[in-house]
Amino acid sequence: MTDPRAIIASVFREEHGRVLATLVRLLGDIDLAEEAVQDAFLVAVDRWPRDGPPPNPGGWIVTTARRRAIDRLRRDTLRTDRQARAARLEERLVTQPEEDSAVPDDRLRLMFTCCHPALAQPTQVALTLRLLGGLDTPTIARAFLVPEATLAQRLVRAKRKIRDARIPYRVPEAAELPDRLRPVMAVIYLVFNAGWIAEGEQLVDAGLCGEAIRLARLLVDLMPDEPEAKGLLALLLLLQARQPARTTADGTLVLLPDQDRGRWDRALLDEGRALVRACLRRGAPGPYQIQAAINAVHSDAATAGETDWAQILALYDQLLVWQPTPVVALNRAVAVAELHGPPAALDLLDGLDLQAYQPFHVVRAELLARGGRRAEALAAYAAALALTRSEVEREHLTRRRTEVATQATTRAEPAAPGA
Amino acid sequence: MMATTEYLLSVRHDYDQPAPPAEEMQRAYAQVDAFNARLRERGAWVFAGGLCPPETATVVSVKDGEVMTTDGPFAESREHLGGFWVLRAADLDEALDWARQASEACLNPVEVRPFQAE
Repeated sequence: MTDPRAIIASVFREEHGRVLATLVRLLGDIDLAEEAVQDAFLVAVDRWPRDGPPPNPGGWIVTTARRRAIDRLRRDTLRTDRQARAARLEERLVTQPEEDSAVPDDRLRLMFTCCHPALAQPTQVALTLRLLGGLDTPTIARAFLVPEATLAQRLVRAKRKIRDARIPYRVPEAAELPDRLRPVMAVIYLVFNAGWIAEGEQLVDAGLCGEAIRLARLLVDLMPDEPEAKGLLALLLLLQARQPARTTADGTLVLLPDQDRGRWDRALLDEGRALVRACLRRGAPGPYQIQAAINAVHSDAATAGETDWAQILALYDQLLVWQPTPVVALNRAVAVAELHGPPAALDLLDGLDLQAYQPFHVVRAELLARGGRRAEALAAYAAALALTRSEVEREHLTRRRTEVATQATTRAEPAAPGA
Repeated sequence: MMATTEYLLSVRHDYDQPAPPAEEMQRAYAQVDAFNARLRERGAWVFAGGLCPPETATVVSVKDGEVMTTDGPFAESREHLGGFWVLRAADLDEALDWARQASEACLNPVEVRPFQAE
């Protein structure tokens, strides 16, 4: 890659979170750090095409952003109300040694700040994507179907709360870590899910899935002793591996049992499975590791018919202990259907309060169709379609409904991607 | 010295609920006393107090130089401020930890809000 603009774009993608996290530590102020990083990238756009990119682009951005921050502070000292603060910050910047590489914990600190429990989950997601992922406000707003102005305001309020209420910029102590790690992982998983079945024309938002994997990888790199972080990464990799087989060339949705397993991404599968094995050896299971294990079992089967459903059911039994939720019970019911037939699974579904959950109606429709209960199946497809917001999935369900109206046989796939 | 922020910890009390039994009230008072002692020991104490019920409140407002005096609290709501603490903490995590102890002691939810910087 020699085109300076392509290099800038790639440095922005790769380094934004790291550079910003370093600047937040140095400046103690997220807004100022964002402005300084933005300034530095503007300077890069101006200079790199002329002078060629520097040997260490990330370090160059940090150094330039520091200088720009000092410039900004000097300008700001004209405003008397900010003078004292500016002087303090400037002293800090000048006295701290220049460094090319960030303190390795910076992004981790920023992750825990963005996902602080004092912030609402949609805010945690938006902040993480904005500050660590470097995604712009319109992109995040589109992905989560929020008006751009609403999202922008959410970000402004969150940053104000971080500053005024002093949400700390540090990695929590060991004792509080389990509680604090949970929202971080939930945010990463949510970002992946938003990409897995995107709303609208495209089935997948590759940007969001890729960003979630990047964040999960970062979490594993920074917290190598956390088995659940490994489990989360393994889960996302194993799901991502199936991405190429989830649609045909013309964009039609293909469910797990019907996928061409030759199109699964071998490298991602191998990495995901290796992580699952490492987790198993460790012997400290948790919900993400169990979901990863379930997907590893799927990936071990050369054909859908060879799937070890007994093992999958045993894993769902374990998962249900960790997460006794109706959604997990629904996915467990899919495994029950494979082992004991649709009627047994339908009995389990009757007890679940998931009327507003689209995948519930999809699973129910497929099970009813396979059980030969055609009229009920058609009603369930209608219920599912009423809740479907992905165009690709809408076409799939409409086609299935037509097929079932004339004849019926197929299999259900787990409701949520992780399950 | 490490910079600190002052936080208001306000106690939300549902005045429509029947008052808890006397021994539970006594327990809460004793717990709050112990909590206050901890705040003082750690240098976090600024001020605290319990309030009389909302029906003892009077609202005063001035519009165009005219003073309006109204009976009762601001809003018709079940939940009202029952009492509060003002304390110093290094950051929100520290303030939230105090709030957890405060809520355990006084048996009511506690809202944490930072004061504006001077």
